[in-house]
This record gives sequence, C-alpha cells and structure tokens, in this order.
Amino acid sequence: MPLVENGRIVEDRYVRVAADGAIAERVPVIVPAQRFLAEADTLIRRDGSLGVDWPNDRRVAELAPWLGHLALIALNFPKFKDGRAYSQARLLRETYGFSGMLRATGDVLRDQFHFLVRAGFDSFEVKKPADAAVFAEVLARYSVYYQPGADGRAPALRRRLQGGAAPKVRERV
Amino acid sequence: MYIYDSIDRTLVAERVAEFRDQVARRLSGELTEDEFKPLRLMNGVYLQLHAYMLRIANPYGTLSSEQLRRLAHVARHYDRGYGHFTTRQNIQFHWIKLEQLPDAMADLADAGMHGMQTSGNNVRNITTDQWAGVAPDEIEDPRIWAEIIRQHVTLHPEFSFMPRKFKICVGTASHDRAALRIHDLALRLHRNAAGEAGFEVMVGGGLGRTPYLAQTIRPFLKKRDLLSYVEAVLRTYNQFGRRDNIWKARIKILVHDLGAAAFAKDVEAEWQSIKDGPLALDAATVAEIASRFVYPDYEALEDGPPALAAARRADSRFDRWVNNAVANHKKPGYAIVTLSLKPEGGTPGDCTAVQMDAIADLADRYSFSEIRIGHEQNLALPHVAQRDLPAVWRALDALGLATPNIGLVSDIISCPGLDYCSLANARSIPIAQEITRRFHDLDRQRELGRLHINISGCINACGHHHVGHIGILGVEKNGEEFYQITLGGKADDNAELGTLIGPAVPYAKVADVVEDIADTYVALRTGPDELFIDTLARTGIEPFRERVYAAR
Repeated sequence: MPLVENGRIVEDRYVRVAADGAIAERVPVIVPAQRFLAEADTLIRRDGSLGVDWPNDRRVAELAPWLGHLALIALNFPKFKDGRAYSQARLLRETYGFSGMLRATGDVLRDQFHFLVRAGFDSFEVKKPADAAVFAEVLARYSVYYQPGADGRAPALRRRLQGGAAPKVRERV
Repeated sequence: MYIYDSIDRTLVAERVAEFRDQVARRLSGELTEDEFKPLRLMNGVYLQLHAYMLRIANPYGTLSSEQLRRLAHVARHYDRGYGHFTTRQNIQFHWIKLEQLPDAMADLADAGMHGMQTSGNNVRNITTDQWAGVAPDEIEDPRIWAEIIRQHVTLHPEFSFMPRKFKICVGTASHDRAALRIHDLALRLHRNAAGEAGFEVMVGGGLGRTPYLAQTIRPFLKKRDLLSYVEAVLRTYNQFGRRDNIWKARIKILVHDLGAAAFAKDVEAEWQSIKDGPLALDAATVAEIASRFVYPDYEALEDGPPALAAARRADSRFDRWVNNAVANHKKPGYAIVTLSLKPEGGTPGDCTAVQMDAIADLADRYSFSEIRIGHEQNLALPHVAQRDLPAVWRALDALGLATPNIGLVSDIISCPGLDYCSLANARSIPIAQEITRRFHDLDRQRELGRLHINISGCINACGHHHVGHIGILGVEKNGEEFYQITLGGKADDNAELGTLIGPAVPYAKVADVVEDIADTYVALRTGPDELFIDTLARTGIEPFRERVYAAR
C-alpha cells in the first residue's frame, strides 16, 4: 500500500507495533489506541517518534492530554463511505491545534484526496498504486473552495470580499 | 435570482471535468460499478430500472428562463423529450445514457446548473418556500440564507460521507409552504420579542420507514451564528449517527435515541468551540451574497386593474383559473401564478421540452425571466403583472398548464414509483392518473375543496405520503401491489403524520377507496366551508374507516 506525503510516494518510516509486541528504541512507531492509553506515560518518555492508531468511533478528546508528545495520528476509513475520520481530523487540527502528521488509512481512494487534504490530513496510505501515482494531478482538479477547512485555503467568501481574487473560468474540457 | 460569479462557474466546470474522468474510468473498466457508485451518486446519477437517471439541483427552486431552456435542451438531446420535477424542487431525467452524461452535465454547467449532492450521503439541495422573495407574509428573502448554506456545504470536506443523506430547509414566512418539519434540519426565521430576526432550529424530521417531525433544539439563533450552528449539527451527526443499519442512519434516529435535549447539548458544546471562528457571519459577508441576487425592476402598478375584472366577468373558465392558480404578491399590481403539472391522466411533475421552452418564453415576456419549482411538483411564474393575467392564462391553457386544480384532489404529489425506480415496491403514477380520471369533473373537485393526496411507491416516502391529507403507500404482498391508506397528514405550520386506516387494499381498488373517502367527507362536513382536513380532525378517522372497509 503506497504512502503519499508532500504529494509524492515515500517510504514509510514508521513501524506498526502490535498490542503486545516489543517496541524498539529510536524507531518511529505507531501504537494501537488501547495500548497507547494504557502505556502513555512510558511511551512519551521513549526516544523515537511516537504515533497512535486511533479508531473512528472513539472521541479524539481522549487524546488531548498527549497531543504535544505525538508526532503522528493515524485515522481510519474502514470503508470509503464511512466519513467519521474527517470530523476527527478537523477537530484535532482546528479545535485541539494538533500540528503533527495526520495519516489517512484504510479505504483511501483518489476521489477522497481533496476532501482529506482540506480536512487536515497530510499523510495518505493509498489503497491502489494507480491512485497514489496521480495524487498531485487529482488534487489539482479543484482551484476554488466555498468553505474554510483545516488546510488554510481561502474560501470563496473571503476571496470575494477581498475582490478580484477569482480565477479565470476554465475552458470546457 | 442568484447570479453565478467566476468562482461558482469555475467550481461547476471543475466538477464536470472530474466526473468526465470518473465516467471514462468506469467505461474503461478501471472502476468497478461498486467503486463508481458513490462517485456517480455524488453527482446525482442513479441507476434505475431501465436506465441511468440524472437529478439536477435547482437551489431553493429558482430557475431562470435561460436555465429552463437548457433543461429543455437536455430533455431533447439526451433524454426522451421530457423531465420530471420532484418534491425536492429538483428536476430529474430518467433515460440518460452513461456515455452521454458528461456532455449533458457540461451543457447544464454552461447555464449554472449541476447534479452535485442531489444524491449520496451529503447535504442535499437546500429547499425553501417556492414563493421566496414575493410572498406577502415573509419577513426576509429566505434564499439569501439558503444560498449562504448552499455554498458552505457544497463539496464540504467533512460532510461528504455522512451516515446518510441530509436535507435542510429554510423558511422565513408566517405560513410554512416548504414543509419545514419533515426535514433533517429546518431553519425558521422569525422575530423575537425585541424585534430582532433569528432562526428557530429544528432537527430530526424525516419520513421514510420511521417518520418523525423535527423538534426544536434552539428557539432563537442569531443570524451571525447560522453557519457555525449548522456546522455543529452536522459534525455531531457525522460522528455519532448510526452507520450499522441504513434504516437507522438518518439524524432523526440519533435525535430520537438520544432525546432532543441531549442531542442539543452535544451540538451546543461543539458550537461553543467554533462559534467565534471563521464561520461567524459578519454583515459584509451576508451583504456580499445578497448583492448577487438580482431583483425585478417592478413597475408602479395598482392592484385590481379594471381590465382584469372585465376579463373575469367575460370568461368563467378564466375566472375559475384566477381563483385557483393566482396568489397575492408583495408588490401591488403583481401576482404569483402557479402552473399545474397535474393534467387529467398525466404524470405528476412531468414537463415536456416543448412546454419548458414555452414557459421560458412566457417568463421572459411576463415574469422577469424567472420560474419557480414548488415541492408540490408544480411550477410558478413569480412576478406576473395582474393586467397580463388573461394573456398568460391563454398561453398556459394552450400548453395544458392551466388546469385549475391547484391544492385540489387531482393536484397529486407522487414519486416515480415502480415505473422507473429500482427501490419501489409498487406503481405510483398509474394510481395518480386513475384518481385524476375519477375526479375529472372540475366542479366536483372545487366542491371538495382543499385536499392533498400524496403517493409513494415504497417506504422511502419520496411522495411524502405521511403528510398527505390522504396518503397512499405502495407495498408488495406475495408479488402483488397493495396500498396502505393514511388519513390526516399535514405538512404545514401544524404538521402532523397521517394515521393508517386499516389493511392495505389492492391496486385496482385504490381509486374506489379515495372516492369513498371523498364521499364520506362530503356527507359528514358541517358545510362547504369545512375543509376535508378539518372534518377529519372533528370526526376522527373511524367513520372513514367504516365506510372504506364496509364495502370490501
């Protein structure tokens, strides 16, 4: 499953550890949610980037005390149609101010890319290699947005009030 | 009319380009039908019994004459020469070919139309009073607020994959003509004791298998907080709405299971954290959206021109039509004209390309180039000078659009049913057609007075049968079509769900049952001034039940 970051396919630096598996020092790891909550005090003192795999049916508010110690939070899309993690991502970014990496995992297909980016994700475990290969191209499909998101792009209303910021209408394709 | 600027046009054009790519991937086999399904659904493309169906959004039911002509063009070139107006103030085409869909969408995009979010588990077309901007009893034009919400929820990054679809309705008039309380979220603008206008927020309405009316979770919301509050409602629903069972996934189930007060508490908590953020609406933002609505340059006219009175005296057919299809306008000397899409024996809501073009011409000549779509599946010309009513009537009459049956027994709301829809259990359209034939005598219809019949071909309730004075729901029993009859539903200010009167009746008996119900009403009413719905409220359903089942 290719990983996309900064618009490119990259090697995954993180190692996923099991609920009871050993955790090596100085290796970036992603720990399952329950284990993380049980061992958080120890885990945050460990040397090495720390990530957590957070299910989409658990409130992200539970993570609030630990956000400063987390380098990555993996949020899950068990199915393309299950969009709970979009809300989790926006809450983490906008309400809790999380500035580490937000990774989208699970049923991640090309037609979600721009929603994911706008919700605040910046790391993507893409299901199909063909989709990962066209990541940047797919993101370029849209140049205007009506609403503010977690990505800081100016929404239409602000552009209108600033005046003249609208792009030229594209030719029919 | 809201006028698209380059941002709106760019977005729609980019959407068409994206869909063109998705269709190409489907046709090449790169996408399976399963993978393509959620993508086409987000663009209003359904797979029905015989073909793909394309549903076009008409935000808050307003169309320009140019847009209606473009719909006529799509009907002619990509469909079979007609379209079907729906209870969501949309239009749908039932015979589109997959490979032609991107071209049809590009043609629509040229006129500022699209199928975005007319399907799928996202926020659907925002609806409102079809008389917005012209109704004498409104305190503000609801379309400004509907447009602000429309823009905010279009391709929303967080709310495009919710548990289920989400319908929002905005009302600003003292009479509810938009069926507010059957919506997932209803926003009713009203004035508080201090005279300030704000929104009553109601959530959890919806029909379908488990019908509920929306409950108020906030009696008064300041206008500046409209978007942040809508966002908080959607965020709460997106996270906590059920996803394990499609029949329990609408927000109404969440609101009902938690209780409205507990749901409101969750929403308020979320809202507190975002209300002063970028979604707070300032006056400049609202003014910017409002400034792109163009209003007619009305003439200074007086109500009741003498020529109109003379024409009414001279022609009783015209007079009857004026009494039935013409409503008061907020500007003196003008009127709102409803066009009946319910001719005897016709399919409720269907309109041919020839009719669409002709209506567009009439709108240019007599209604400042504007047309409205109502949730009752009729159209309206919203700005007709009263002196022009005779000419407009003659033209509409020639087009078959002047049946004086607005609000009467043959003005039936109906879903497409088993003739088109893959979800349906039973036919709806032929039931409606048979009822209009039984009541073809216009004097008898007028005698019966206001009486709403709503027909749905399955439990999804697209024909809103729960809120029909007479509701008819198609079900299937051992491979045969049967129909459950409910009485007493209402979608107005005092909305109520209808009560089932007894066992379902077979297809061939439905029109007989409706006649029995109508006859029972006439026998029971205190006089011609007592409406069907009022007689029913007084007597209860028992005498109706007795009459219907005594005979069979």
